[in-house]
Amino acid sequence: MTPILEITNLHASIDGTEILKGINLTIQPGEVHAVMGPNGSGKSTLASVLAGREEYTVTEGTVVFHGHDLLDMSPEDRAREGLFLAFQYPVEIPGVSTANFLKSAVNAQRAHRGLSPLEPAEFLALMKERMALVEMNPAFLQRSLNEGFSGGEKKRNEIFQMAMLEPTLAILDETDSGLDIDALRIVANGVNAQRTPHNGMIVITHYQRLLNYIVPDVVHVLWNGRIVRTGGKDLALTLEERGYDWIKTESSVEA
Amino acid sequence: MSEVPDSQHVLDDVVQREYQYGFSSDIEQELLEKGLSEDTVRFISAKKQEPEWMLEWRLEAFRTWQRMKEPTWPNVTYPVIDFQDIIYWAAPKKKEGPASLDEVDPELLATFEKLGIPLDEQKMLTGVAVDAVLDSVSVKTTFQEALKKVGVIFCPMSEAIQEHPDLVRRYLGSVVPVGDNFYAALNSAVFSDGSFVYIPKGVRCPMELSTYFRINARNTGQFERTLIIADEGSYVSYLEGCTAPQRDENQLHAAVVELVAHQDAEIKYSTVQNWYPGDAEGKGGIYNFVTKRGICEGARSKISWTQVETGSAVTWKYPSCVLKGDHSIGEFYSVAVTNHYQQADTGTKMIHIGKNTRSRIVSKGISAGRSQNSYRGLVRMNATATNGWNYSQCDSLLIGDQCGAHTFPYLETANSTATVEHEATTSKIGEDMLFYCNQRGIDTEAAVALIVNGYARDVINQLPMEFAVEAQKLLAISLEGSVG
Repeated sequence: MTPILEITNLHASIDGTEILKGINLTIQPGEVHAVMGPNGSGKSTLASVLAGREEYTVTEGTVVFHGHDLLDMSPEDRAREGLFLAFQYPVEIPGVSTANFLKSAVNAQRAHRGLSPLEPAEFLALMKERMALVEMNPAFLQRSLNEGFSGGEKKRNEIFQMAMLEPTLAILDETDSGLDIDALRIVANGVNAQRTPHNGMIVITHYQRLLNYIVPDVVHVLWNGRIVRTGGKDLALTLEERGYDWIKTESSVEA
Repeated sequence: MSEVPDSQHVLDDVVQREYQYGFSSDIEQELLEKGLSEDTVRFISAKKQEPEWMLEWRLEAFRTWQRMKEPTWPNVTYPVIDFQDIIYWAAPKKKEGPASLDEVDPELLATFEKLGIPLDEQKMLTGVAVDAVLDSVSVKTTFQEALKKVGVIFCPMSEAIQEHPDLVRRYLGSVVPVGDNFYAALNSAVFSDGSFVYIPKGVRCPMELSTYFRINARNTGQFERTLIIADEGSYVSYLEGCTAPQRDENQLHAAVVELVAHQDAEIKYSTVQNWYPGDAEGKGGIYNFVTKRGICEGARSKISWTQVETGSAVTWKYPSCVLKGDHSIGEFYSVAVTNHYQQADTGTKMIHIGKNTRSRIVSKGISAGRSQNSYRGLVRMNATATNGWNYSQCDSLLIGDQCGAHTFPYLETANSTATVEHEATTSKIGEDMLFYCNQRGIDTEAAVALIVNGYARDVINQLPMEFAVEAQKLLAISLEGSVG
């Protein structure tokens, strides 16, 4: 089976400071990987580098996405090839309705695959169906993208967009931050509904809490730019119990 | 969904990266020698076989102009214009006046076809009557017969002077007097053609009226004159479009537009201005020095200006409303885009005279490249403007870090019951916004178009449908290559 994503010895820096110091990670179809770690360990940097943010420079290593060199692709081509990032801080675009934004995105991706744009009626029906996954009110479609949305509404909107774009690899960057317990459950249900044997997910989070709802196949602990522990879903529980200091101490000893 | 067509669709239509109207047509032209004198004025008037009163009016304007100085207060810079180095008359040669479209020069028809303005009524969009002005003369006005049935007069200004002298004498110069400003005086002296509209009492004009201006000849100036009169209780929506060939030299366009709305009448005036803006290095382009003003003469009348400005090297333009009738309403919706080395100093004036008059200003400036974009607006509440109300919103959007956005609001209130509100914002298209779009599969060019169209939505939504699509395309084209 060809992996969806294969990261080998990935090093990346910003403004001359190295943040990622040799990441190795392979995701097979159908797998959900959780990436945990304390603040500043490099979790969000990993998400940004994979999505192609320009501020980061990859200094070493390779990333292969569906057999292609991911690092050689523009951010929009990564998206069109099936990579989706649920942003920790989704941006607001005044005057551009959520519906119009999604139409632009979906049709750009369809064009990339040689498909014609969806008919307006078909598109509207699809949006309504997918919004229901995250219990979003269709009234949001006509509102400017994320403008005046609460923190929870923005995160739901991210998962709704993911459902519209049907990515083969979704990276959820601290999607649980700022969510109350009800919103967390709704968002997690929306994500779980999108798990298939063919796609993969990277769930980045501080807390084990989210992983009660989105149960991962593999848990990685990132610290100081490296993956220092990999285990099953129980690893998250151990972390919850013992905190990150335990990892830091052990890793320092090993290093 | 009630939205204007989505930007992605619009972008799909946009294939050409350069100014796509930059061609010039090989039409046999009749040109006057360069230069301006009383003789020039007399020549133009004679060419038009104008009555004596019209010639006198022009000559008075010319003499007034000679005593005036070019304004220097706008926030724009350009080389001194040599008014003797301009051709003031250029017309497509024709034998006798064409009785039907078959007799119009095929090259000329082809020119308008190329611009997407088919003059053949069979092929036209239903519901839009067009007056096509090439250089100094009106070439063809469509749907005249259909309009005549409801009493609407829509014809070239030169024809109105011959056929409707009473209306022209009564209203011409009544809103923009001959000596109003330097360029208005120049226009009054040498204007060659333009459109004339009269909507009789109680008539709702059954179709959109549209004038399409095209400068074709080299070294010529274009000075058109438009006069629209909406009599009591009538309504008209009027559209104006314009393009010019791509030339290295600068060409002058100095138009005057006058609107008169009587009691309970409404005039909606929309412009998509796409004169050649000059190349990426700032060479060439149109100097667009235009005076547009409307008067809400009667009670409860309404004048609404909507403009999408993407063209011209230098723009100097303030479509204004004089709110004389009680309860009259003035509106100004504007999107002004500048890119490369373009300069725009544009805005509006709302002069409140009558009681309970209301005005609304929504101005959206978009600056990219090394351009300079200024909003200049005056809101004046006269002592008589009891309960006058104005709301102004002036937003600036910056793309890149080498352009400039400026706001010059002037607020004058002589009546303590009047309310004047002004809001202004400045924002930038940030990397975060573009990256977010990229991450969803939308490339940067399309993302800029999407963001800009969203930003301009309040104004675009004011345009009639066909123009809204045109305007969205224009915004996209004007800003191509402005990021990254």
